[in-house]
Amino acid sequence: MKHIISVLVENKAGVLSRISGLFARRGYNIDSLAVGVTEDKTISRMTIVVEGDDYIIEQVEKQLNKQVDVLKVKKLNSEESTRRELILIKVGVTAAQRGEVIDIVKVMGAKVVDISHTTLSVELCDRPERVDLMTELLNQYKVQEIVRTGTVALEKGPGTIGYGSKK
Amino acid sequence: MMTGAQAMVKSLEKEGVSVVFGYPGATICPFYDALSQSGIRHILVRQEQNGGHAANGYARISGKPGVCIATSGPGATNLLTALATAYMDSIPLVAITGQVPTDLLGRDVFQEADITGCAEPFTKYSFLVKHADELPKVMKEAFCLASTGRPGPVLVDVPIDVQNQMIEFNYPDKAQIRGYKPTQKGHAVQVKRVASAITKSKRPLLCIGGGAFLSHAEENLRELAEGAGIPVVTTMMGLGVLPTAHPLNLGMLGTHGCRAANQALRQSDLLLIVGARVGDRAVSSGSLAPDVTIVHIDVDPAEIGKNLGTNIPLVGDAAKVTDQLAKLSPKADSGEWLAHLTGESRQKTCWNFDEATNTISPRALIELLSCSMDDDSIYVADVGQNQMWSARGVQLRRGRFLTSGGMGTMGYSIPAAIGAKLASPEKQVVAVCGDGSFQMQMMELATICQHGINIKIVVMNNRRLGLVREIQSQSYGNRQMAVDMAGSPDICRIAAAYGIPAMQIHSMAESKAAVEELLQSEGTALLECMVDPCENTGTEGAE
Repeated sequence: MKHIISVLVENKAGVLSRISGLFARRGYNIDSLAVGVTEDKTISRMTIVVEGDDYIIEQVEKQLNKQVDVLKVKKLNSEESTRRELILIKVGVTAAQRGEVIDIVKVMGAKVVDISHTTLSVELCDRPERVDLMTELLNQYKVQEIVRTGTVALEKGPGTIGYGSKK
Repeated sequence: MMTGAQAMVKSLEKEGVSVVFGYPGATICPFYDALSQSGIRHILVRQEQNGGHAANGYARISGKPGVCIATSGPGATNLLTALATAYMDSIPLVAITGQVPTDLLGRDVFQEADITGCAEPFTKYSFLVKHADELPKVMKEAFCLASTGRPGPVLVDVPIDVQNQMIEFNYPDKAQIRGYKPTQKGHAVQVKRVASAITKSKRPLLCIGGGAFLSHAEENLRELAEGAGIPVVTTMMGLGVLPTAHPLNLGMLGTHGCRAANQALRQSDLLLIVGARVGDRAVSSGSLAPDVTIVHIDVDPAEIGKNLGTNIPLVGDAAKVTDQLAKLSPKADSGEWLAHLTGESRQKTCWNFDEATNTISPRALIELLSCSMDDDSIYVADVGQNQMWSARGVQLRRGRFLTSGGMGTMGYSIPAAIGAKLASPEKQVVAVCGDGSFQMQMMELATICQHGINIKIVVMNNRRLGLVREIQSQSYGNRQMAVDMAGSPDICRIAAAYGIPAMQIHSMAESKAAVEELLQSEGTALLECMVDPCENTGTEGAE
């Protein structure tokens, strides 16, 4: 099963390597990892999607909490959080196919961000399942390049990750 | 104003460091220059790894972080095994390494190694210091991280230009690390649950690991065992928490443990694990009763539930948690269980051997040696067959047993004994190793001579890598490969070359006089015991 873990970390050199090294040597599978600075410039937030059973996830949380540079770890429930992923896809199209692709883009609420005689570049920012659907739909054309950011997520409602109380 | 290097030395002084272990090189020269102006004693080891082990032995006896120093590149990478050894056994170390200048970092210049990267998996934390102003804060944090919570090695890597920068020295009173707040006191509700589980149990058993020493909980645990009527088994790292002959001490558990301890483990209805990682050589779920309730007390939450499912987790420092438990004075209904256990064949307190025998019985020799040592002496065991003979034969009263438990690092004993002796000069310190491990560390005989250190060395010489030979005879059709140590030097003559008195014995008949002479010799002395290459460790644990 896939789990989303949000981690607040010190925004300094070497932290990403510590966290990814931890996952690698303990054999935890990272599905995606997205990282960026937060409202506090000294803190970065990582959103890590991990594949694993309850035992693995408990271990992941404990090992993350043990890291000196980790300020807060919170497991986010998929249903109760807003999840987003950004994808950019460059599709090779013939003149005849261009309209079809643009139709798909419209239906999916995506955007055409670049165009050439032979390609269309498409952007979609949506839930990871929708991003998967988009890639599947465009796969029938000649996909030339895909780049995805990995999932980021925020709790729904007034709740926040709150790092004042690292356990 | 002072240089970064002077600030590093000054920080060590502020932390009360009186002795450090190291090996200099080009990029750590500013630090050594500053050290020469300090009262801190520097022990020049003969290889960096041994500096780390010496700091390890020092830390385990002094209770304070051991400090080791190496230069950049190969000096630093030589330190890695010592860091890993300390990490596995949760020993507080502060390792200081020199580094190439900051403007050359990442260019693969002479003697450059990414040591913070290399050491990442087995340091509690590491710092690559890029500005000298950070040094006082970094040093404070390094000592705090190394010695608090679950202790461990911390690495401080300092480029040579940073050591030469001028700074204003302000040493912080306290380390403030916002992501680091180890739990000390146990959760009151969990403590109550543990107390009530003890009261309800009929066959309770304490399983104590090295954490007991790290938190200085030996006395508390003895009182808990005696007060609540709970027998005790220990891991190898926990040996000596209770005297070997204590009526509640059933001995060491696990693959190489003794039968009484493993049997008690299989029968117990309440297992209280304290300060132990539940390593694969110690406990597996198959070695426990199916209906057992497991309590796991550890300062590191990540250890609880990692290797063994736990019914009552209790995060906290062993000394503090046992204090909390003592206030509830739990008492187990264990009369019958204790009577049953004392009826079982216990580990014999003194091995009987025929004094006339013309060979050496390794375990008898260890018993004789440890019985002849001072009550509060320090026994340092190496790794290999000698470690198993030591762990099962050693008779501890008020003394300590040091060994590389988790990592199983050969070549640990002599440098660790050097560190232990410097931490506690009034105590007798004995290192016991094999001929294989001796040859991994014999260069340290020079360190002993140079610094006038008085330790006793016992080499169990079977001209083999005995433990591997044993594995090959049991599991590989007795095809012996790369275990014959032919070509080894005459160990007594090696000692003599350093001016260290040495003797060799071949039989138990000679053993008593030889052990006496060894222990009573004025300075460092060596005893070589010629052991039959066919001797096994005689594991009881699997039975």
